[in-house]
Amino acid sequence: MGRLVFEGLKVLDFTWVAAGPILTQSLADHGAMVVRVESATRPDILRMAPPYKDKKAGIDRSGYFARFNTDKYGVSLNLNHPRAGSVIRRLVDWCDVAVENFTPGSLKHWGWDYEELRKLKPDIIMLSTSNQGQTGPHSHHPGHGGILTSLAGFSQLTGWEDQEACQPFGALTDFITPLLGTIALIGALEFRRRTGEGQYLDLSQYESSLLTLTPVMLDWFANGHQATRMGNRSPHAAPHGAYPCQGEDKWCVVAVESEQEWLALCRALGQPFLTDDPRFTSLDKRMQNQDALDLIITDWTSQRTPQEAMDILQKIGVPAGAVQDPAEMLEDIQLKHRRHFKVLEHPEIGPQHYENPPFHLSRTPAELRMPSPCVGQHNEYIYREVLGMPDEEFVELLVDGVLV
Amino acid sequence: MNSMLGGYGALDLTDWRGWLCGRVLADMGVEVTKVEPPGGDPDRMREPFYHGEAQPEKSLWWWAYNQGKKSITLDIEIPTGAEVLRSLVKKTDFFIENFPPGHLDALGLGHATLQSLNPSLIWVSITPFGQDGPYRDYRATDIVTMALGGFMSVTGEPGRAPLRLSFPVSHSLASLQAALGAMVAFHHRQATEEGQFVDTSAQESVATALLNALPMWDINRVMIERSGRFRSGLSSGVKQRQMWACKDGEVAFMVLGGLGGAQSNRALVKWMEAEGMGNNMLSSMEWDQFDMATASREFHSQAEEAIGRFFMAHTKQELHQGAVDRGIWLQPVSIPKDIAESAHLAARDFWAKVPHPEVGEDIIYPGPFFKSTATPIQVGHRAPLVGEHNQEVYREVLGLGDGDLEDLKQKGVI
Repeated sequence: MGRLVFEGLKVLDFTWVAAGPILTQSLADHGAMVVRVESATRPDILRMAPPYKDKKAGIDRSGYFARFNTDKYGVSLNLNHPRAGSVIRRLVDWCDVAVENFTPGSLKHWGWDYEELRKLKPDIIMLSTSNQGQTGPHSHHPGHGGILTSLAGFSQLTGWEDQEACQPFGALTDFITPLLGTIALIGALEFRRRTGEGQYLDLSQYESSLLTLTPVMLDWFANGHQATRMGNRSPHAAPHGAYPCQGEDKWCVVAVESEQEWLALCRALGQPFLTDDPRFTSLDKRMQNQDALDLIITDWTSQRTPQEAMDILQKIGVPAGAVQDPAEMLEDIQLKHRRHFKVLEHPEIGPQHYENPPFHLSRTPAELRMPSPCVGQHNEYIYREVLGMPDEEFVELLVDGVLV
Repeated sequence: MNSMLGGYGALDLTDWRGWLCGRVLADMGVEVTKVEPPGGDPDRMREPFYHGEAQPEKSLWWWAYNQGKKSITLDIEIPTGAEVLRSLVKKTDFFIENFPPGHLDALGLGHATLQSLNPSLIWVSITPFGQDGPYRDYRATDIVTMALGGFMSVTGEPGRAPLRLSFPVSHSLASLQAALGAMVAFHHRQATEEGQFVDTSAQESVATALLNALPMWDINRVMIERSGRFRSGLSSGVKQRQMWACKDGEVAFMVLGGLGGAQSNRALVKWMEAEGMGNNMLSSMEWDQFDMATASREFHSQAEEAIGRFFMAHTKQELHQGAVDRGIWLQPVSIPKDIAESAHLAARDFWAKVPHPEVGEDIIYPGPFFKSTATPIQVGHRAPLVGEHNQEVYREVLGLGDGDLEDLKQKGVI
C-alpha cells in the first residue's frame, strides 16, 4: 500500500453521535491521525445503541458506533474534571485541526471555544457543526439528524400522495452535511498551506443540507410552488415505480424516460404492440395513464424475481433495479466487485462489514486499517508516546479520574 | 476577497445528475466552466421552470446547480471539438464528467490521454455503479440507485411498495461524494503534483447513507422493516412513532433514551402537565433510567396516545416554538414555505439574493453551506447563459483570435 493522502495530518476530534464522527472518518480512512476524545462519564449515544455483539449491551459492543469510527484513535477524558485543561492544552498544541459537534456553547462552557484554542495555536483550523449553526434564535435547540431531516424539508418530500409524510430511512442530513464539512476542512487546509492562516468554520447541518434542495426552494421563491411527495412517480418519467416480484416483499424498480426506453420495455414485456396503444404513445399520455401501465408491468414482474426482471430489462436498455435489503447488499455482485465492504476484526464485536468510501482514488485509495476504538483504548499510546506525558502525571491523572 | 480555492479551475461536462459536484467547488472559489454541446445542455429543459416557461435559460434545476459557473459551448463528439477540449484540459485542475463508462475513451478523450497532457489533472467521474464490475453498463435514474443502494427497502409504508424520496437524493449524495473525492485527490496533488482518477459510484454513495440498517443485519441478523411514520429495528421488536399529526400539519419527535433524551422527554411531559394534558405513566417515568432497547409495546402505545393527543391540540408553529423554548427534541415537518419563512434562517442572514437581469428580478437562493472567519463563501452569480463565456474562455484561456473563433463556429464546433 502506498502513502495515504492525509498521513501526518493531526485531527483532534471532539465529535459524537453521527454527523461529527462521519465528517472525521473520511480523513481517518485516508490516513489522518484522528484522536477521538470521549468520556465514559458521558458516552457517545451510539455506544449505547443496538446492534450489540450477541445482543448484549456494552459500551464497546455497538456495531452502530463502530460503523462511523474506523481508523480513529480513542482516548478518554472527563471534560468536567478541573484538571482536564492541562490535557486539552497538550492535545490542541499537537493538532492541526479540531472538530466538534456539541450543542453550541458547550465547549465555551468548558473554556475551549475557538478563541481559546487559537491563543494556544494561532493557525488552528476548527470546525463546529451543529443542527442549526452557532448563532441565531434556534442555535441552542437540541436535536439530531432523525428529526432535522423533517425540519430541512426531506420528510415532506417522502411518502404517498394520499398519505401523510413518511420518514426517509434513518437520518438523511447526517449523510449530506458531513461530506460538505470534510470538503470545507480540506479547503481550509489548502488555504492554510497557501497563507499560513487557520480559521473557524460554522457548519449548520440545516443550511448545508438545503444546498441539495436548492431546486425545491427556487420553485417556491420564484413560482410559489410547493414541491411535495408523489409516491414513486416522477415528473420526468413514466412508467416509474417499484413493481412486485416473485417472493415475499420483493420488488424491482423500472424507470422509463425516453421513447427508446419505452420501445425496449414493450419488447421486453413481449408486448411490442403496446407502442401503438393510444394510451401510451407519448410521455404525456403515459403519465396520464400510469395506473393502467403499472398493472401491465406488475403482471410481468410478478412472474419473475427482482434480479431476473432487472437483468432482462437492463440487457435491453431499460433502467431497472432490484430493491435490495441489507442482507442482499452484502451479497450484491457489483458491491463485491467494487470491494465496497471490508471486514475488520474488532476486539469486542468481532468481524464486521465496514464500508470503503464511494469514491475510489486511482493512486491513493483509502485503506480501512483499524476498527473503531474502545473507550480509552489508546490512552497510553496517545498521552504518553504521542503527547510525551511523563509517567507519573499519566498515572496521577488516571487515578484522579481525569482520563475516564 | 479570500477564498479557499481561488485560482484553480474546473471543466464540468456533467449532465443534471452531476451538476452539484462542480457547484460545490465553485462555491469554494474554483472557476468552474460548464462545457455544453452547441445549443446548450439538453438538461436545461428539465422542469420546473421559472414561471413555468419551458426555455433553456429558465430551468430551475439549471439555475440551482450551475450558480457561479461559466459556460462555453463545444461539440466534443467531433474531432476538432475533442482537440479543443484537449487544449483546455492542459490548463485546468479538475475535470468532472458523468458519461457512461467508456464514452470518452471512444472520443479520444480517455483518462490516459488527458492525464498525459496534464499529469496533475484530477479527473472526477460520477456513474451509477462505478467504472467497473458487472453493473458497469447498466442504466440508472435515481430510483434505480436508491433501490440497489438499499435505501428503498427501508423507506415507505408497511404493506405498500418501497419508496424513494420524491427528490433525487442519490444524485445529491453521489455528487457530494465526488466533490469530496476531488478534494482528497487535490490535497494529494498539492503535496506531490500528481493527479489521479476519482471513480464515484452512486450505488455506493446511497449504501453509506443507511444509518444502522447494515450493522443491524450484519451483527444481529435483525432486518429493519419499512415502517412509514414509525421507527423499527429497536431491540424489543416494537415500533415507535416518529412522525405525528398536529392541528395543521405534522411534526417529528421520538421518545429517546440517554441524557439528552431524558431532558427532552421530561421537558415535553412537564409541558403536557402544565396544560392539563399529562399522563400518569409518563409523569411517573424515571427518564434517566429509560432504555429504548427494553421499552415495551404497552409503553409505546400509551405514550403515543397521550403525546398524540397533545400534539393534535397544537399547531405546528406552537409545537416548534415550544420545543425551542423548552429544549425538546421535536421539529416541524417543514414544507418549502416554512423553510423560506424561518425566523432562525433569517436571523443568520442565510438567504442570498441573486440578480437575474434576464427575467428582471432578484431570485432568492439558499446561502453559503458554511460560515467562515477567513474564507467565507461568496454567493455566485446566476447560472450562465448558453455559451455566455465563449469569447472570454476561448480568447483568454486558449488565446484564439477572431478568425479561429469564426472558423470553429462555422464548423459547428462551438
